[in-house]
Amino acid sequence: MHPAPSVIVFTTLSGLGFGLLAWLGIGMPVVTGWSAFAFFAVAYLLAVGGLISSTFHLGHPERALKAFTQWRSSWLSREAWAAVLALVVMGLYGAGLVFFGQRWSALGWIGAALSLGTVYTTSMIYGQMKTVPRWKTPLTSALYLTLSLAGGALLAGQVSFALILLPVAAVVQVLWWKRGDTALEQSGSTLASATGLARDGAVVRAFEPPHTGTNYLLREFVHVIGRKHARKLRLIALGLGFVLPVVLLLLPFSHVFGLVAVLSHVIGIAASRWLFFAEAEHVVGIYYGKRAA
Amino acid sequence: MTTLPTSTKKKLGLVIDLDTCVGCHACVISCKGWNTENYGAPLSDQDPYGGDPSGTFLNRVHSYEVQPLATSAMPHPAAQLVHFPKSCLHCEDAPCVTVCPTGASYKRVEDGIVLVNESDCIGCGLCAWACPYGAREMDAEEGVMKKCTLCVDRIYNENLPEVDREPVCVRTCPAGARHFGDFADPDSNVSRLTAERSGMDLMPEQGTKPVNQYLPPRPKDTLDQIDVLAPFLEPVMQESNGFLGWLDRTLEKI
Ligand code: SF4
Ligand code: SF4
Ligand code: SF4
Repeated sequence: MHPAPSVIVFTTLSGLGFGLLAWLGIGMPVVTGWSAFAFFAVAYLLAVGGLISSTFHLGHPERALKAFTQWRSSWLSREAWAAVLALVVMGLYGAGLVFFGQRWSALGWIGAALSLGTVYTTSMIYGQMKTVPRWKTPLTSALYLTLSLAGGALLAGQVSFALILLPVAAVVQVLWWKRGDTALEQSGSTLASATGLARDGAVVRAFEPPHTGTNYLLREFVHVIGRKHARKLRLIALGLGFVLPVVLLLLPFSHVFGLVAVLSHVIGIAASRWLFFAEAEHVVGIYYGKRAA
Repeated sequence: MTTLPTSTKKKLGLVIDLDTCVGCHACVISCKGWNTENYGAPLSDQDPYGGDPSGTFLNRVHSYEVQPLATSAMPHPAAQLVHFPKSCLHCEDAPCVTVCPTGASYKRVEDGIVLVNESDCIGCGLCAWACPYGAREMDAEEGVMKKCTLCVDRIYNENLPEVDREPVCVRTCPAGARHFGDFADPDSNVSRLTAERSGMDLMPEQGTKPVNQYLPPRPKDTLDQIDVLAPFLEPVMQESNGFLGWLDRTLEKI
């Protein structure tokens, strides 16, 4: 798939933002007044900033409200609902903390659940996509949720939780990559199944594409990334996203280290998200002879 | 509404005969012609006469080389070139419809045609992601999703002569490789063709239950050497004479 910058920014930032909201919702940390304001401002900037950037790749952003109508079947529509509900509930809860010094904990717990629900709906947009075998697994949801929780813990200053969740997320990430590398093969989609022409042991080869030029399908779905390139990026994602933050958290506490840990984590996750799209093989590439399978 | 109908009254679709398609792309051009002028946004081209042309098409013809397996009877079978037109297959379990967040994509209950209501489409592209066949293309000019409508504005169009009330690709095909009809009716032309010629689903493992069916190429005939005319084709004049003969002999000597 073509890694669209707006979608990478969206999934990375809003994942972190909703992760932070979830921790704030359950009262870890319990903050009031100005420090609550600071925490909520960061969370909303990330979550809302991500959501806004996601509308940049729409052909008609002015009709975006219509996306709330099809929650019965569409995960994208469900995501829209979950995001708005989470932001409203957490907004009320945050207002209580900031302006009234009150912690309405039931509201916080509901908001936390909605925040994680939003991350889950995002993950399901990809996780249910059968045409991209690398994404079509419950591990995709596990990956998005653990990343969001780990990043949220980091932002919320929950050091001991972050020290557990970051390694857990790293393991899920590695498992997701490992499974993904054989997913297209396992999916059973091949040039033979795509064309039905491999009868009685015949061998099919893509001879000519439909047009000499490129097209929307090739631009959007047939992005091919070099294997060496991908391996390096995976190491960068692991190193910056998980290893460095954990090391920094283990060092004696300082605000500078904390900040560096967060920045490093964000860059690492952005690299992982870039790979999430760049490495994803859409089966339509088979028709163009652009997939090994 | 992007939930799928549990069943449709008709199942309109195409049979595409890979045995007779000659890969002329006439269906591609007539499709672009009809659909750029009729229902919905035109099918735009980008840089059409420049160095990097591209554009929106609802029907594209791929070409595949098929190398049959060598057998003792046929140790060196010739490779076959198969032309492969591909457009929306109007799937029964259309994944492109259920992912659509706005309800712009839908499958019609009356005839099973999968359509996009362009004034509701936000251009998120998700439906094109969900289609395994590459049958949906986002128009770069309009920012809305375009796809085959099965020429819904022709097949019921009383302003057209009866003979033209079929998809324009079918009407145009010079090889008779495209057939249009109702798959819900077991006696229709398309149902019979599918049964007789073992029509097949593309990518059945994707579970989309495509309505359009593809007829596999038949084995090529092996003709005996036909040489009833060969005796008459023996060269008559072995040696030239006259001026040309002299010229020939003289030039030979130089
Ligand atoms: S061919 Fe693609 S666009 Fe057409 S109905 Fe099937 S999944 Fe949808
Ligand atoms: S591009 Fe348009 S038709 Fe396709 S899923 Fe998005 S809103 Fe629906
Ligand atoms: S018009 Fe007919 S013969 Fe020509 S490419 Fe299309 S299906 Fe094949």
